[in-house]
Amino acid sequence: MTIENHPQNLQADWTYDPAPQSIEHVDIHDSYELFINGKFTSSKDGSYRDSINPATEKTLAKVAEAGVEDVDLAIEAARQAYEGPWSQMTAAERGKFLFRIARMIQERSRELAIVESLDGGKPIRESRDVDIPLAAAHFFYYAGWADKLDYAFPGRQAQSVGVAAQIIPWNFPLLMAAWKLAPALATGNTLVLKPAETTPLTAMILADIIREADLPPGVVNIVTGDGDLGKQLVRHPGIDKIAFTGSTAVGKEIMRALAGKNKRFTLELGGKAANIVFADAAIDQAIEGIVNSIFFNQGHVCCAGSRLFVEESVAQEVTQKLRERMETLIVGDPLDKNTDIGAINSIDQLKRIQSYVEIGQQEGGELYQSSCILPDTGYWHAPTLFSNVSQSHRIVQEEIFGPVLAIQTFRTVDEVIDKANNTPYGLSGGVWTDKGAKIFKVTRNIRAGVIWANTFNKFDPSSPFGGYKESGMGREGGVEGLLPYLNLTSNTR
Amino acid sequence: MTWSETKVDQIGVQERVARLQSRSIKSDSKKEALTLALSMIDLTTLEGRDSPNKVRQLCYKATHLHESFPGLPHVAAICVYAPMIKTAKQALQGSTVKVAAVATAFPSGMTSLETKLDEVKQASQDGADEIDMVISRGRFLSGDFDYVAEEINRVKEACGSAHLKVILETGELVTLDNVRTASDIAMTAGADFIKTSTGKIQPAATPEVTLVMMQAIRDFYRKHGRKVGLKPAGGISKSKQAIQYLVMLRETLGQDWLNPDLFRFGASSLANDILMQVVKQNTGIYQSTSYFSLD
Repeated sequence: MTIENHPQNLQADWTYDPAPQSIEHVDIHDSYELFINGKFTSSKDGSYRDSINPATEKTLAKVAEAGVEDVDLAIEAARQAYEGPWSQMTAAERGKFLFRIARMIQERSRELAIVESLDGGKPIRESRDVDIPLAAAHFFYYAGWADKLDYAFPGRQAQSVGVAAQIIPWNFPLLMAAWKLAPALATGNTLVLKPAETTPLTAMILADIIREADLPPGVVNIVTGDGDLGKQLVRHPGIDKIAFTGSTAVGKEIMRALAGKNKRFTLELGGKAANIVFADAAIDQAIEGIVNSIFFNQGHVCCAGSRLFVEESVAQEVTQKLRERMETLIVGDPLDKNTDIGAINSIDQLKRIQSYVEIGQQEGGELYQSSCILPDTGYWHAPTLFSNVSQSHRIVQEEIFGPVLAIQTFRTVDEVIDKANNTPYGLSGGVWTDKGAKIFKVTRNIRAGVIWANTFNKFDPSSPFGGYKESGMGREGGVEGLLPYLNLTSNTR
Repeated sequence: MTWSETKVDQIGVQERVARLQSRSIKSDSKKEALTLALSMIDLTTLEGRDSPNKVRQLCYKATHLHESFPGLPHVAAICVYAPMIKTAKQALQGSTVKVAAVATAFPSGMTSLETKLDEVKQASQDGADEIDMVISRGRFLSGDFDYVAEEINRVKEACGSAHLKVILETGELVTLDNVRTASDIAMTAGADFIKTSTGKIQPAATPEVTLVMMQAIRDFYRKHGRKVGLKPAGGISKSKQAIQYLVMLRETLGQDWLNPDLFRFGASSLANDILMQVVKQNTGIYQSTSYFSLD
C-alpha cells in the first residue's frame, strides 16, 4: 500500500476524564516486617528501607531489611518445617493449602491489584486483568499437581528437594512470587522468598494470606532486602535449590557462586526478543501485537519483543501506523483505569532507559517518541521507537527493559531467521503472517523458549516458560515447572 | 480489477475491541459523549406497516427529543422507506434533520439493476437527502466483485445530489476478511458512507465489524485523501454501547470523524436510552421509561 501524507487528527477535543480506581478500602501499613516461621518479626538490627510509589515519589511504607542473622533464622525455620509437618503431610493435604491460597488471592484481588500498581507503577488495568488473575491461576494449576506427581512422571518416584531460596524481580512482583511458590509447595519443598527491594508490598500481603491460610509455620518465609541479601541466600549452606529471576549479569554471578556445589538452580534471565512481521500479516492486528509486545508493563518484561523486524515492502505502512497508534496510548497515573502506560519502576531503571535512548541517538538511530505529556513528578518515559538501526547497534543488542523499540527491515525468511537468532538471548519471539507454513518454518528455526504466532505476551500456567542461551535455564510453568523442585528416582525398590 | 488483499485477523480484532471497551468514560466526558451520540442518530422506522402518521411522529421526536431538557441536539436524520420520503420532508420542513431513504430492493437487494436505479432516482426526486442502498451479497459471495463495484457506481450516479450510504449487510458476509474487502469495494466505487447492516439480518452491527470498517476507512483516507463516513446499524440500543463505539471511533479514525457528517448510529430505541442517561447525569436519578416518548 502506498501511503500518502494524510495524517490523522488524533488530537481529540473529546478527551477522557480521569477514571481513578478507588483506593479507600486498601490499608497499607506504615511498616512491614519479615515473615519468618509463620510470624511477622522485625529484623535483628532493626533496619528498614522505604518502598516508594514511582508515580509520585512518595513513600508508601517502610519495609524491614533482613540481615545475616535473619537469613539464618528463615532458612532454619524452612528446614524444620521441611523435616517436620510439611514432609509428613499427605500430598492431597498440601494441595488443599495451595487451593486455599489461590482462592484467597482471588478474594483479595482488588486490594492486591491496587497495591501492585501503587508500589510498582504498572497500570491498574494490567495488575487487575493480568498480574493478579494469573497469580491465582498458577496456584490453582499447581494445587492440582500436588497429589498427582506419580502421574506426571510415570514409573518414577518424585521426591522433594528440600529448602529453596527464591529471588524474584520487580516487574511482576506477585505473579513472579506465584510462579516460584506454587510449584515448590506443590512438590513438598519449603522455601525462603526474597522480593525485589522496590516492590515488596504485595509479597507482604501474600505473607498475610499464607498466615491466614494456616500453612504450617516455616513452610514459606519471606525476607526483604536488596541484592546483598540475595547474595547471602545464594551462598547459604542451608539451601538445596536456588530459583532466580532477574538480569543475566546476576544470573552469571549466581552460576559462578554455585560452581562445584551440589545445589540445584533455575535461572530466568534477560531477553531481546525478535518480533517478526511479514508482508502478508494482518497489519492492523500486528500493530496491536507490536504495541503489546513492547509497551506492556512499560516494557519491563523479560520476554518483550524489543527487536521488531518488518518485511521491507510493508515497513513504511507499519511504521506510520505504529506511530499513530503510539499517539493514542495514554501515559500517566497508574491508578487511572484508562492508563495504558504507567510509571517506570524506579529512578535507577529510568536512568538506565534514558541512557540507552541517548546511546541510540549517538549511534545514529532515528528517534520517534509519542507526543504524550509526562507528569512532573514520578518516573516516566514516553513510548519510544528507533528506526535506522542495525544488529550492530547497542540498543538492538542489549536488553533495555523499557518502552523502547528498535525497528529493522528484512527481505527473506532465511535472512530474518538469521537475524532473530543473532543474539546471546533466547527467551521469546513473535511471528506475524497469514501463512501457516511460514509460521512453522520460522518458529521451528528460532532458538527461543516461547514463540507466539499472531499474538504476543500470552501466558498460561500450563505453558512452560524459560530461556535458551543467556536467557536462562530450567522452565517454570506446566509439568516441566515441577522438575526443578523434584528428585526423580526409579520406582522399583 | 483486483480487490483488496488486506488481511484481517479475527482474534486480534476481538482483542482490540475488548481493550477499547475497557475504557472507562466518566463525568463530563460521558455527558459530551451522550450528547454527541444523540446528534449522530438516524432515527429509524423500517416496517411494512409504517404509516404517514408514524413517520410524522418520528419526525417530531427527531427535533424534540426531550422537552424538559432544552439545549439537547436533534438527531442527524430519520431513516424511512422510499414511499415515506415526502411525508418526512414535509414534517421536517425548517429543520436541518436529514431524510434518509432505504432503496435498491432493501433489505435483500434481490432485483435487477434497472429496477434499483429507477427506485433510487425516484427517491432522489422525492427529496431524499441520503440514500441507503444494499450491496448484492450473492454476487459478492460468488466472487463477482466487479459487479458489486459497478452496481454501487451506477447507484451513486443515480443518487444525484443525495449522499449514498452503502449497506454491506455484514451478517451475510460472515468473515471479517469479507467485510474488509466489501468496504474497500464500496469506498472505491463512490460510497459517501459505508453501513454495516439493514437491521433485518442477525447479527447486525457488531463492534468487531465496525472496527474493521473503521480501519478500512482510515486506510482509504490515507491513500486517497477522501473521508468516508460510517454507520453501524441495528443492535445498538444502549448508551453504554454507543459510548464504546465512540471510543473506538476516536482511537481509530480520530477527532475528524467525531461528528454526524461522518458517523451515524442506525437505531430506533437508542435515543431513549441515551435520554435516560442524560437525565440521570443531570439529576442523579433514573426516570421511569414512562417519561420518554415511544415515537
